[in-house]
Amino acid sequence: MTPAFERPWHAQVYALKEACLEQSLFTPGDWSAALGAALDRARAQGPVDGGEPFWLAWQDALETLVAGAGAADRSAVDQTAEAWRAAYLSTPHGAPVRLSGDG
Amino acid sequence: MGLDSTAQGRHRCIMPHDHSTPGHALLPPEPELRVKALETLLVGKGLVDPAALDAIVDQMQNHVGPRAGARVIARAWTDDAFRARILADAMPDLIDMGLTGAQGEHVVVVENTPEVHNVVVCTLCSCYPWPLLGVPPAWYKSDAYRARVVREPRGVLAEFGLNLPSEQAVRVWDSTAEIRYLVLPMRPDGTEGLDTDALEAWVTRNAMIGTGLPQAPA
Repeated sequence: MTPAFERPWHAQVYALKEACLEQSLFTPGDWSAALGAALDRARAQGPVDGGEPFWLAWQDALETLVAGAGAADRSAVDQTAEAWRAAYLSTPHGAPVRLSGDG
Repeated sequence: MGLDSTAQGRHRCIMPHDHSTPGHALLPPEPELRVKALETLLVGKGLVDPAALDAIVDQMQNHVGPRAGARVIARAWTDDAFRARILADAMPDLIDMGLTGAQGEHVVVVENTPEVHNVVVCTLCSCYPWPLLGVPPAWYKSDAYRARVVREPRGVLAEFGLNLPSEQAVRVWDSTAEIRYLVLPMRPDGTEGLDTDALEAWVTRNAMIGTGLPQAPA
């Protein structure tokens, strides 16, 4: 079988998008339009060859739609990402990385 | 409640590494941190179930791929009634075969003939029949393919090694959020005695996108 996702986070962002669709946080049409717009933004920075820039556009589109649905705005994502960064940097190598508190 | 990055088995960040600050867990790249943050927030609000995320990844990573689509094509080559049904409306049979996605998008099967060769693109984003073909290849998502296959399909197909006879027209199908296309290639000569299992091995992913033809298995 052909390898599916090149990086684990590609799989994660794909799964989150599917789960959000299942929960009707947005529609397939919303997704298509948001991804098209995100790809246009990415293209302004350089060619999108289908690799990492493509999946970054997915992430951008997902953040946009999740914020638009009132589920998580970008500042909350910023803060939570920073909390995860701090958790990784403070966790001994080999131990599971946990995010404590309300994130 | 704290979240455990290893508990669900989908985070694979902790591994041997060569970062310059030994002692702490390997810091994932920025986009991965942001995706983890999104997941944390959506799970925290009860909007997303972590087990459902695992199931989606497992399904796409381990159980879906071009073989699902190949199964449909091989069956269409051997079962005329099935072929007629999926050309008229593929959805009832795809639902029956468990080959539909969370998005519920409509799949339309387009048949290659000596007169017409079909090729599929999504010019807007990357719409693709994921439940049938798995993760789209990088070239399908590239600007170059998306822009050029509409303008100069024969030139693009030639770059895939597919040189079509001039009398065979090329039809390009632009996918949308609502409609995805699956190309039904012509059954190759020399496969007359094969059953569906053997035929499946002839059906390549590119043949189902239209950028290739079925090929004898290596």
